Amino acid sequence: MLALDRRRVRALMRIGVVLALLAGAGFAGLPILWMLASSFKSNTEIFEYPPRLLTDSFSFDAYLAILSDPVKVRFFINSYVVSLAVTVLTLIVAILAAYAFSRFDFRFKKPLNMIIVSVQAVPPITLLIPYFGLVVTLGLYNTYPGLILTYMVFTLPYAIIMMTGYFNTLPRELDEAVRVDGAGSMTALWRVLVPISIPGIVSVGVYTFMIAWNEYLFALTLTRTDDMRTVPIGIQLLMGQHSYEWNEMMAMSILGSIPVLILFLFFQKYFIGGLTAGSVKS
Amino acid sequence: MTALFDRDTRSGIGPDPAGRPALQRRAALSRTYRRSEPYRFILPTAVLLFVLMVIPIIMVIGYSVMDNVITNRSPEFVGLANYVAVLGDRIFHTAVGNTLIFTIVSVVAHLVLGLVFALLLNTTLISRAGIAIFRVIYILPWLFTVAIIAVLWRLLLNPNGVVNYLLQSAGAVESGVEWLSSPDLALAAVTFINIWAGYPFFMISMLAGLQGIPRDLYEAATVDGASPWQRFTNVTLPQLTPIIISMTLLDLIWTSQQFALIWMTTGGGPINVTEMLSTFTYKLAFSRYEFAQASTSAVIILLLSMVLAFFYVRHQKARD
Repeated sequence: MLALDRRRVRALMRIGVVLALLAGAGFAGLPILWMLASSFKSNTEIFEYPPRLLTDSFSFDAYLAILSDPVKVRFFINSYVVSLAVTVLTLIVAILAAYAFSRFDFRFKKPLNMIIVSVQAVPPITLLIPYFGLVVTLGLYNTYPGLILTYMVFTLPYAIIMMTGYFNTLPRELDEAVRVDGAGSMTALWRVLVPISIPGIVSVGVYTFMIAWNEYLFALTLTRTDDMRTVPIGIQLLMGQHSYEWNEMMAMSILGSIPVLILFLFFQKYFIGGLTAGSVKS
Repeated sequence: MTALFDRDTRSGIGPDPAGRPALQRRAALSRTYRRSEPYRFILPTAVLLFVLMVIPIIMVIGYSVMDNVITNRSPEFVGLANYVAVLGDRIFHTAVGNTLIFTIVSVVAHLVLGLVFALLLNTTLISRAGIAIFRVIYILPWLFTVAIIAVLWRLLLNPNGVVNYLLQSAGAVESGVEWLSSPDLALAAVTFINIWAGYPFFMISMLAGLQGIPRDLYEAATVDGASPWQRFTNVTLPQLTPIIISMTLLDLIWTSQQFALIWMTTGGGPINVTEMLSTFTYKLAFSRYEFAQASTSAVIILLLSMVLAFFYVRHQKARD
């Protein structure tokens, strides 16, 4: 009798949990489903009444319109160039710094580490005004290097903290053995430590790419011409011109999210592990 | 330091007992070289942070005590006049108030939603495969950039949009509500969008935290006759507290600096009801070209963020 009750309670609890999970999934997922559905509509059907998820004119026209317009394709190229460059440069610089933080004891280690943690809190808007002056003075206004350099100020602190956290999980003996054998620290780092840190490097790289891909404020202010704009700014430009091409905006949003979605789905395990290891327990 | 020295002697390049001067000099050189080694690894980071962080912060503080810079070729020192002007500005007060409401409501909601969703995803009542699918769906909002989220919600919250249609069908509203352009609703609407966009980061961290709680703590509590609610308040919450504090501080810092979402949904309007410190500063600089006053506002934001950062760093240090 008691066992039956307990089983019934458990079944009821399961129904409750599933209903709650479904409600949450609706909250999180339905807006995105609507974005996807709208990207297949014609622009005249976007606000049809009553609204339908799928309409008669289901087509890929909005995607074709984006992909056949060289100005819009250029937004994507710009975003890829900038984000990949930021990722590679950030990884190199961060691996070097993380190696020092993880494997050496030195006098200014603690204050330097504290500076890097607190740098994360500096508001982008505070840096924007002097950056604008600096970038113009250095002739980097409206160029790739101007964006790449300024993005690194956000990506580097996270990357160093996450990377140091990862190196700290690997036994020191591994790379120290190589150093004692007479090889330099550089060899120990790049030949021994880096190859076994690939999971950590991947998660740091994915996170760095995401930050760069999503950046908005600096891209808005430090570029001027359409041929230098990135995807987030490009979407906004679609909103301004003459009429709102909602279906094209949604198609561009989907296209603009694909790199991050793919990276996330592929590297989910590394990514969540690396992220929580770095930012939550640094 | 001593560890390095030990290694020097072991590898045979340390001070030579025979005392040959040339060798000694080389040994000393080599030791300086070794001692500077960690700094050489940090050098690229240091240079970048100096150029991109230290110099700009000095510049912005410099700008904030000048009369108009950048547009003016020979600016003059005006002391704290800009601070007096900005701190006395009505719109600045509005921006402070809006930023406070926006930030506090967002962070509390992120915390509650993040915790509830993490607990749901941590259930053992349904299969792991099912949970994996739900987890991906729950993380989705976080994978879209703010620019996209802004455009998407402008579509959803359009007076003729699907949200209004659903609310009308349910009888909750009568006709198309102008969520983002009504002075009474705009702040609530942008706050809601920000809540939707930001809870997954909390959720991921909480989930990792939940999975890190040792099983035997729960078993011990069950043996002691604790109810599920007691297990939650006596085991789960205390175990999660360090993560909750870290995440709350980080989120306070980030949310109070939010710019893109506001800029692309309401632009701070209508009539300043969604003006935040970030949009206020941006407009001063790049719409009105008041770079000196914008710098002043930027320095004030920096100081506020540094107060939060101080608590964050202190908390992180205490956890180590």
